[in-house]
Amino acid sequence: MNEIIEALTKAVSDACRRHPSVPTGPGGPGEGPAWNAELWSALDDIGVLLLPVPEDRGGAGGDLATTVGVLEVLGAESAAVPFGENALLAGWLLSECGAEIPGGVMTAAVAGAELGISRAGDDLVLDGRIARVPWGRCADHLVVLAGRNVMLLHPGQYEIHHGANLAGEPRDDVVFETASIGDAQIRPLRDDSPVDDESFAARTALVRAALMAGAARRAFELSTAYASERQQFGRSINRFQTVQQYLAAMAGEVLLCKVSAEAAAAALDRDAEHGGSAATAAMVAVSAAASTVARTAHQVHGAIGFTEEHSLRSSTTRIWSWRDEGGGAGTRAAQLGARVVGTGADGLWPSLTV
Amino acid sequence: MSGPSAVRAAKNFLDLDPVELPAELEELRREVRAFLHDEIESGRVTPHVDQWLAGWDPAFSRRLGERGWLGMTYPRQYGGSDAGALARFVVTEELLAAGAPVAAHWIADRQSGQALLNFGTEEQREAFLPRIARGEVFFAIGMSEPDTGSDLASVRTRGTRVDGGWQIRGTKIWTSGAHHADAMIALIRTEAPTENRHAGLTQVIVELPDPTVEVRGVRLLTGEHHFNEVVFKDTFVPDARVLGKPGAGWSQVTSELGNERSGPERILSTLPLLVEAMRWIAESGTQVSPARLGELYARLWALRQMSLAVAGRLQLGEDPAVSASIVKDLGTQFEGSLIDAVREMVDVEPDYASAHALPRMLAEAVLHSPGFTLRGGTNEILRGIVTKAVGSA
Ligand SMILES: Cc1cc2nc3c(=O)[nH]c(=O)nc-3n(C[C@H](O)[C@H](O)[C@H](O)COP(=O)(O)OP(=O)(O)OC[C@H]3O[C@@H](n4cnc5c(N)ncnc54)[C@H](O)[C@@H]3O)c2cc1C
Repeated sequence: MNEIIEALTKAVSDACRRHPSVPTGPGGPGEGPAWNAELWSALDDIGVLLLPVPEDRGGAGGDLATTVGVLEVLGAESAAVPFGENALLAGWLLSECGAEIPGGVMTAAVAGAELGISRAGDDLVLDGRIARVPWGRCADHLVVLAGRNVMLLHPGQYEIHHGANLAGEPRDDVVFETASIGDAQIRPLRDDSPVDDESFAARTALVRAALMAGAARRAFELSTAYASERQQFGRSINRFQTVQQYLAAMAGEVLLCKVSAEAAAAALDRDAEHGGSAATAAMVAVSAAASTVARTAHQVHGAIGFTEEHSLRSSTTRIWSWRDEGGGAGTRAAQLGARVVGTGADGLWPSLTV
Repeated sequence: MSGPSAVRAAKNFLDLDPVELPAELEELRREVRAFLHDEIESGRVTPHVDQWLAGWDPAFSRRLGERGWLGMTYPRQYGGSDAGALARFVVTEELLAAGAPVAAHWIADRQSGQALLNFGTEEQREAFLPRIARGEVFFAIGMSEPDTGSDLASVRTRGTRVDGGWQIRGTKIWTSGAHHADAMIALIRTEAPTENRHAGLTQVIVELPDPTVEVRGVRLLTGEHHFNEVVFKDTFVPDARVLGKPGAGWSQVTSELGNERSGPERILSTLPLLVEAMRWIAESGTQVSPARLGELYARLWALRQMSLAVAGRLQLGEDPAVSASIVKDLGTQFEGSLIDAVREMVDVEPDYASAHALPRMLAEAVLHSPGFTLRGGTNEILRGIVTKAVGSA
């Protein structure tokens, strides 16, 4: 890790400690806060909210490798903020149109099959919905990718139907009823922009993989600590070989998660087009590895880890949600497999070394 | 549970034969299916995952009792139907596969009633068994404590001898259903610990509610309230509510294990999810890998055969503890791998509050999964039992 990333991640992790997020469950935040606005403004003070957005568009001009370092910390801290959506998706879409990036919290989505888009003069009319938009209710701006256009939408133009993932993070349906979208809200992508649904999915995959890498690390840390405290049969359970094997196996998977997420970020930094494969590969690999970590962490914790009171759930319920967001495990593995078949026998090895 | 057959079963874990269900049990199976179909169609029952922990529905339990589907292994004189372990197997596997709410009577029917039959006094049997079989009396198990998990012999809840019984003080934890149950069978220490860690333990029946017993809910990571912390504050247990012999608690508890560990509930906790996924796959025209589904199906088939084979041993009055441990180890792992297979096949985010069955059941299954390989003895402890047995075979 270079010094810049180290300093930045330390600042972010200090901010997370100062402003801990309220744990939520699968029913959503309920009466509690839906997100951590104080942490958001602390992240704003650090200057990371648009970390990977080019400087001439108002961002910090950081690379994805640095951004992934921040995501890993936020994942480990179960931080209730839409950092990935804001910095890596919405900020990216807008800057790829050369558009001004507005102040306030942004989230992003792809228009999708359930959203009807029709023309009325210069305006567009939206009908239908976009399902399970991350942090939908918290956003001041919803940035939607619709083919070669990017729409910048505002809460007055849609209704929010609350939903949540297993960790209680908002995953809201955004519903439109003949909503008129003025010309000023629609921006075409630059002609040479590589943005499309697939690259959006690849970036989403990178965000989730990095967050999972952080959450898996935390689940592992909690497990090693608990295994040294918990006594059974007159000794700490980490004295039992089986438990030692579990901790060692978890350590391996945690390392795999971290290296995969960071390598995928570096690949996307090098080459936005081929990097997409790396991000998908990282997502598939990290989903499986983090699932193993979550399962083993619960096994090591015994019944106490299965409770609402214990903080392990904050990490594991996030892993169980993130692994299936933005395309299920099977869908993504199948996409990757299809790509491998497409490259053919002679293309297999070269595709790994790009 | 002694004699040459039990010894043989314990020594050679491979000594387990497949069981063919007698033809008359297929008639019973048809009846149960028709009943469940009716319960679901009428809206009285909504299928969920892991219902033997989560589905507490006393009215449903009573309807089972009316049909003679509780207490099936108890003699008729105690209100049972004496239909045997295999008939009980058929009924319970049908209930689990359908995702029916069986939690209320589960412990009483499977375990507490059996313990009363094996070790209880005539008065205790008459007091509880007929009501268990009618689905009117529900039990909880008080074994674990804050400092006693896998190492069960380390229980600290203390029974002190007083006039006419025992006064107990201490704390149980993870006690499923104690907030609804009419009684719990608690394992307590009634003699000071000695070299022999298994000596001096006693099972007692504590009737609930009791003003000296505090039952506090401990929420699962879903926020649901199923298990509890139970504090005994000088609770009086009369001699008439000691189960079996004072001091014989350890051997009594360990003799229940075959029954506790081998049943279809160690394989089928997530089956309703697979059924729902198949419905979704058909309706949405989703392509799935037949090979993946075939592997899953084959494992399920094989595990069910193993569980059934253990039920066959139980029917003969044996306690196949080692085979039962193997069934629970493999079966509970299967319950988890079924979830992953479904995640691979369908592109659905788990959603606990969804109005649609599949995302909701996926959420229930994922969130309940940590419990599968912990409750009733962790898989690591089970493998320890197997290791010991095969090492000495
Ligand atoms: C959903 C649910 C319902 C439950 N219901 C009840 C109930 O109704 N009544 C009741 O009494 N209890 C109940 N329990 C408790 C259950 O029996 C315990 O969780 C179980 O015995 C394990 O104890 P523990 O949780 O304290 O884990 P620990 O014993 O602390 O174990 C922690 C980890 O260490 C491992 N470990 C411990 N010792 C060894 C060893 N010697 N070798 C290798 N590994 C080891 C374990 O396998 C586990 O992975 C329930 C638990 C759950 C999850």
